[in-house]
Amino acid sequence: MTQPMAKPYAGFGLGALVTLRLLIGWHFFYEGLAKLVNPYWTSAEYINQASWLFSGLFKDLAASATAVTVVDALNVWGLMAIGLGLIVGLFTRTATVAGIAVLLLYYIVAPPFVGLTYAMPAEGSYLVVNKVLVEAAAMLVLFAFPTGHLVGLDGLVFRKRVAAEPAQA
Amino acid sequence: MTDEQGKPGTPGGAHWSTISRRGWFKALVSIPVLGVFFYNFLKKRATDETRRQAVMAELGVAESGPAIIPNAVSKPPSRKVRVGIIGYGGEGESLVRHAGFAAPDWIEQARKDVAENPGDKQLETYLAQDDLNIAITAVCDVFDVRAERAVAASQIDTRPGGGGANPPAKRFRRYTDMLESGEVDAVIIGTPDHWHSRMTIDAAAAGIHVYCEKCMTRTEEEALAVHEAVTSSSIVFQLGHQNRQSEAHNKAREVIDAGILGPITLVESTTNRNTPWGAWVWDIHEKGNPQTIDWAEFEGPAPNKVPFSLERFFRWRCWFDYGTGLSGDLLSHEYDGVNQILRVGIPKSCVASGGIYYFKDGRDVPDTFQAVYEYPDRDLTFVYSATLANGRDRGLVFMGHDASMRVSGSLSVQADQDSTRYEQKIKDGMIDPSQPMFTYRPGFKGIDAVTSATEQYFASRGLLYTYRGGRRVSAYHLLIGEWLDVIRNGGETSCNIERGFEEAITCHMATRSYQLGRKVEWDPVARRIV
Repeated sequence: MTQPMAKPYAGFGLGALVTLRLLIGWHFFYEGLAKLVNPYWTSAEYINQASWLFSGLFKDLAASATAVTVVDALNVWGLMAIGLGLIVGLFTRTATVAGIAVLLLYYIVAPPFVGLTYAMPAEGSYLVVNKVLVEAAAMLVLFAFPTGHLVGLDGLVFRKRVAAEPAQA
Repeated sequence: MTDEQGKPGTPGGAHWSTISRRGWFKALVSIPVLGVFFYNFLKKRATDETRRQAVMAELGVAESGPAIIPNAVSKPPSRKVRVGIIGYGGEGESLVRHAGFAAPDWIEQARKDVAENPGDKQLETYLAQDDLNIAITAVCDVFDVRAERAVAASQIDTRPGGGGANPPAKRFRRYTDMLESGEVDAVIIGTPDHWHSRMTIDAAAAGIHVYCEKCMTRTEEEALAVHEAVTSSSIVFQLGHQNRQSEAHNKAREVIDAGILGPITLVESTTNRNTPWGAWVWDIHEKGNPQTIDWAEFEGPAPNKVPFSLERFFRWRCWFDYGTGLSGDLLSHEYDGVNQILRVGIPKSCVASGGIYYFKDGRDVPDTFQAVYEYPDRDLTFVYSATLANGRDRGLVFMGHDASMRVSGSLSVQADQDSTRYEQKIKDGMIDPSQPMFTYRPGFKGIDAVTSATEQYFASRGLLYTYRGGRRVSAYHLLIGEWLDVIRNGGETSCNIERGFEEAITCHMATRSYQLGRKVEWDPVARRIV
């Protein structure tokens, strides 16, 4: 049976997956870096608007200067590490899982559900689904079809014994 | 490609030399993306930085905290100061707590609040206060319950800086007895306004230092008398305008001094509250009755004597007999903030109007109140606009030809689109008049748990707490600390008798205009409102 779409690991399919990985990586890396260089940035206001699951816990975090410092640092360095991993294709699967986890946390804090309103304005119009959720789903695709070992440093770090792989040159 | 090839293998194992050229290429092909990333990132940084530098050079202020902050305490507190509290109601209790002596039930409640909401900072802030090295040695309140509570607070052992418990304060039923007792070096006056002048004058005569709550007096005549008494004595006087210690207010003064706003023609200050509590409908204590309250002593100098009234005792701000309503309570803070930032002094004229439009509960002070002051010498109008039946956040705004500045707990300056000074920079895209070109947010990164609507109102005006070196500090505590420091080491309090006199007269001009239904003026030669 012939597939109408490209196979994930051949030509166009692989190219599309790697492009998606690079774009998401770029986005993560810049989100982290932009926060790092902005002395006024803090996650506190975002966390404090939590009104769904674990909202009490999130609000407690936002109210503690120590917790906010830790959350801020985790955000900055986590986002940068995930972004860098996706761009260069290193520890890609770990970065992908971490990225999904981070995005789901962002989503849980402020899901665009009917009846929930937030102090911080959204830049678009969302109902249940927002761009955070879409990006998380896109990363789920990256997790299902990892590309770091094909295009990326994972191919070097996690390469198989030469004996198991026929020479291609 | 087989499935097996699709899975990552185990790390290590093979020699680098076994990797094909194609393998290297595929492993490293995405690295140039990082190059493109950093090229763009650095370009953006450089653009932003050039713009920021240009704006900052133009403005001539630093983005950091205020360069000059009135130093609340110049030296560690030396000798112990014996302090008496006169009037231990809501404000009096708060002042004593910020001086380092919380009531036991307050501590108990604060512990419960923290257990329920770890974001609640009141206990932490209290315990982190400096030990001011004072003792509350005397208490005077006409309501037995409050007097007993004050005595309990005076011997509290949960104290900032781990200071131990003091012997209990002595209770006096008459403040005059307290002043004559030899038990106090200084007094904090937290009574209703109609008592302020008599107590301050008597304390000054006895050489006892005074920290007095705003409004400094209830009437113009009293303001003149207090000014005379304090200036001809050697006591240290501080009026309770804690905004004097606010970081944002001090930064605002720098912005004004740097001339960033251009000529300022209008200052708009506001009060919006929308709760019964915010409109002075305060709790009536269950134990309040003619046996526990010395009504005659409470009334004292009040112009109209009426039969015992729990409403009038516990909600005294609602009647002109004891205070001046919005003028003395909240306009006084707004005006003092403006006076601190602009140093405007007493205005030439005032027109005020308003009415009792929402709280028709028997009060005689307006709940909706507007006052317009003119400063022709400064080419400036100062407007105060207030309602107690709407909670919209309007804030305090200074409007100049070149920019506007909004001051609250933080501060932001926005260029005016038709500014002359910034015209070229707006054209060049260096300054965007739709965005603040300068913001200053003091304090810690995080969310402060400020609970009630009234607290939010005060916090937004820097009246609850401020920051020193990123640490949250009560503004009351700093103002009391400054007063004690001047008592010990000399110097000048930030809200001294001159500032207090300006505050009182300015407020009374609005009250007088409202009551007379016409414009009033200040005659600086005869020193009276005409």
